[in-house]
Amino acid sequence: MTVMTTAPDKRDNAPILSVRDLKVHFPIPGKGLFAKDRPLKAVDGVDFDLYPGETLGVVGESGCGKSTLGRAILQLIAPSGGQVAWLGKNIVGIPHRDMQPLRRDLQIIFQDPLASLNPRMTIGEIIAEPLVTHKPELGKDEIKTRVKRMMARVGLLPQMINRYPHEFSGGQCQRIGIARAMILEPKLIVCDEPVSALDVSIQAQIVNLLQELQREFDLSLIFISHDLSIVRHICHRIMVLYLGNVMELADRDSIYANPKHPYTKALISAVPIPDPEIERNKERIVLTGDLPSPLSPPSGCVFRTRCPFAQEKCATDVPTIDRVSETQEVACHFHNSI
Amino acid sequence: MTTNHILTVENLSTRFQTPDGEVEAVNNVNFHIDPGETLGVVGESGSGKTQIFLSLMGLLAKNGTSTGSVRYKDKEILNLRPRELNKIRGVSMSMIFQDPMTSLNPYLKISRQMTEVLVEHRGMSEAEALKRAIAMLDRVGIPGAAQRVHMYPHEFSGGMRQRVMIAMALLCDPEVLIADEPTTALDVTVQAQILDLLRDLQTDFNTATVMITHDLGVVAGLCDRVMVMYGGRVVETGTVRDIFYDSHHPYTEGLLKSMPRIDRANEDNMFAIPGQPPNLQNLPTGCAYQERCGYVMDRCCQERPLLKDFGDGRASACFREDGQ
Amino acid sequence: MMNKSEKTALLQSASAAKEIEGRSLWRDARIRLFRNKAAVGSMIILGIITLLAIIAPLLSPYAYDQIDWGYIQEGPNWENGHIFGTDGNGRDLFIRVLYGARVSLAVGLLATAVSLIIGVTYGAIAGYFGGKIDSIMMRFVDVLYSLPFMFFVIMLMVVFGRNIFLIFVALGAVEWLTMARIVRGQTLSLRRREFIEAAHATGVSNFKIIFRHVIPNVLGPVIVYMTLTIPQVILTESFLSFLGLGVQEPLTSWGVLISEGAKVIEASTWMLIYPAVFLALTLFCFNFIGDGLRDALDPKDR
Repeated sequence: MTVMTTAPDKRDNAPILSVRDLKVHFPIPGKGLFAKDRPLKAVDGVDFDLYPGETLGVVGESGCGKSTLGRAILQLIAPSGGQVAWLGKNIVGIPHRDMQPLRRDLQIIFQDPLASLNPRMTIGEIIAEPLVTHKPELGKDEIKTRVKRMMARVGLLPQMINRYPHEFSGGQCQRIGIARAMILEPKLIVCDEPVSALDVSIQAQIVNLLQELQREFDLSLIFISHDLSIVRHICHRIMVLYLGNVMELADRDSIYANPKHPYTKALISAVPIPDPEIERNKERIVLTGDLPSPLSPPSGCVFRTRCPFAQEKCATDVPTIDRVSETQEVACHFHNSI
Repeated sequence: MTTNHILTVENLSTRFQTPDGEVEAVNNVNFHIDPGETLGVVGESGSGKTQIFLSLMGLLAKNGTSTGSVRYKDKEILNLRPRELNKIRGVSMSMIFQDPMTSLNPYLKISRQMTEVLVEHRGMSEAEALKRAIAMLDRVGIPGAAQRVHMYPHEFSGGMRQRVMIAMALLCDPEVLIADEPTTALDVTVQAQILDLLRDLQTDFNTATVMITHDLGVVAGLCDRVMVMYGGRVVETGTVRDIFYDSHHPYTEGLLKSMPRIDRANEDNMFAIPGQPPNLQNLPTGCAYQERCGYVMDRCCQERPLLKDFGDGRASACFREDGQ
Repeated sequence: MMNKSEKTALLQSASAAKEIEGRSLWRDARIRLFRNKAAVGSMIILGIITLLAIIAPLLSPYAYDQIDWGYIQEGPNWENGHIFGTDGNGRDLFIRVLYGARVSLAVGLLATAVSLIIGVTYGAIAGYFGGKIDSIMMRFVDVLYSLPFMFFVIMLMVVFGRNIFLIFVALGAVEWLTMARIVRGQTLSLRRREFIEAAHATGVSNFKIIFRHVIPNVLGPVIVYMTLTIPQVILTESFLSFLGLGVQEPLTSWGVLISEGAKVIEASTWMLIYPAVFLALTLFCFNFIGDGLRDALDPKDR
């Protein structure tokens, strides 16, 4: 079996999704009775394109806004600004009625497989819900047939259709979640940390399943994860987020072979490698400190407080996104010198 | 019998009574820890890796019982009364958990929680204890320890909280530190900081450390010896090099192959161990790994392979070892 | 990962194999409830009391409003059929206690049902939509809460006269407030759960999300609270009757009987003891069932 290792050819296709300057600010009540609300900038100006059949990895530490970004794209959280163009048409702020039919093509898979399934419903009912919602004209029998077909496709025994979520293991629950997302044959699935709650031996099963489904249905995936080793495996392009800002966006080979942003370098070097020789002798860039509060992000470059290479300029000027090659963009003043 | 092992575990079994029947979470486990070494305990959820250490710390859930023997130096400590056990746990043996908030009292200042142990077990005065607490927080890399010691747990970030936990665990200079997935809930950059800290502390204090984890990358960087658990039993033990470069058990092999690696571009599908983790309530006859094993033989479904010792702490529970 | 032959095998078994019935959480809870001896015992006792109340007229030669001039305020006597004795008007106490059971249980069940329907819907809507809708709806509840209940009941009685139906309305109108608060609290935490988000992402309508995803998942605490509301309502009704605001003669309830019995406690103890025992027994039973249900529905708390 061959696997697509490079992104589908962009020149032939228009992007399926274009995100421009997307912002999500949550109002946080100010301290004191008459204080103004302060904005928590969860996502602060994100741009990217996603092409058909492509997987974009969104990586970053907790609190970097990656899950918020995924939900803002799906309009599950209303963005505060910017545009999300689905098949060329902006969907930010459009009426509920117009959004409804688009939901057929936009799906999501969650991190906690059990929590994402209604414990009072059988898995047959759970997987059928999107069909019942969008294609009520299909009869009961047809819906059941399709549910069973999809269950078999994702590796679940179809005779389990009347069982309840708590009767399944984590990996199987995630398969149920995938079946529910796939039943309408969507064009885009946002995968929000789909494997991080699973055991190591099961993670690979789920990743392989997602890749198979992607090939079979020409799916586009947005794969949100904090695990850079999984991301290296499944994603064509990778976007690194820090405090709601894009630090680096590049195709897989460039970013792992030649990371440009100091944050990307630190992230990659911090991932433990399951090989004692390599792990004990590798060079590491150790970041000090913790993520600053997104309520009061640092001035200039948001990463400067933890950056080992920070200079004066970083505190004053917000770095622009530089295109360093055909496939790599980076937001750092000094990416050439470090 | 005197040995220089600091902790010796023999034939430890742990059972839980549940409404749906008895569950054997840990089955006949034997191992020991020497001063200053790091033992990695690897396994999936439900493999019993955590329950072993909850048993020996006397922290089992109410419906659990343990049998066998656990000796701290030469003293039997399994099923000791809490009053007796308290002289050892938290003093000579400490445990840190995945979620630091489970062992920090949210309503008490860190200073209070840290000095309490010292005053109680070391007979220090409040002032001395506070001084030591601050020194320890400083040692684990908490900036401004003298001020932050008077804060409440929720005022710390996840990584800082874990540092506080480690500082608390090390307060009484324990000889054994048991770390249960201490970095799983943390971000990679913070995980790297904590792992560095644990490595440093080990050289400074010569504490024997047990690292319970599912992440083989963490094991590779930190551990001297490794014990692999599956379905409540030990399936393989060996030095870290044995396990990573010459694994004997098919499960260890599968686990290593299925780990995604950041240093390699995979051009093919990932290797995945098929099937689901075993259900402890309903283990098959024979080897617990049979349904997922690529080398399964008829014999595996009939009898259970015993842990076979090859000397030098190397052991594996698989019939393939006999067949050669 | 699966290979081709495994997949076809799966597909074949799909058509061949029989569907396996799942074990729903409700079924698990039922099994756990039936393991609880106190709850099962209570259910049996309650069942007997309810049955007695239903078939009451068949059990006694006397009618509830029939005056037996020969035995006025006489103690229990098996020979003349007044096994619980008679009251000050010579009416058979046994049949009156059972008719009282009819009224008390009916008030308890109906008022609770009213509070259930209004409270669950109201609370689920407030909690699910949150924000301004929630604030407005819950402030309304707070306002109702702060109205003095007794004043409210007396007003109703004065305006519409004494009427058993009014008692249902009055009690239901008060009890739903707490129910709404409980349901709202549960819904607020449920709203953040991922399966609700998944339904959103699919485009399921709000109405369907509330009735398919939210309400079934808040029913656990609701049922527990319900079993605790029923005795509370019965007690409140008794209290109202005790004050003379309850059901009208010759109809009776346990509260009325107890009130009458209390007046003559020294002369005719039986007039107090029998209705009081029935009331206490019923309250005990409901509380035991509520306890059992709580353990059964939320096994984590045990």
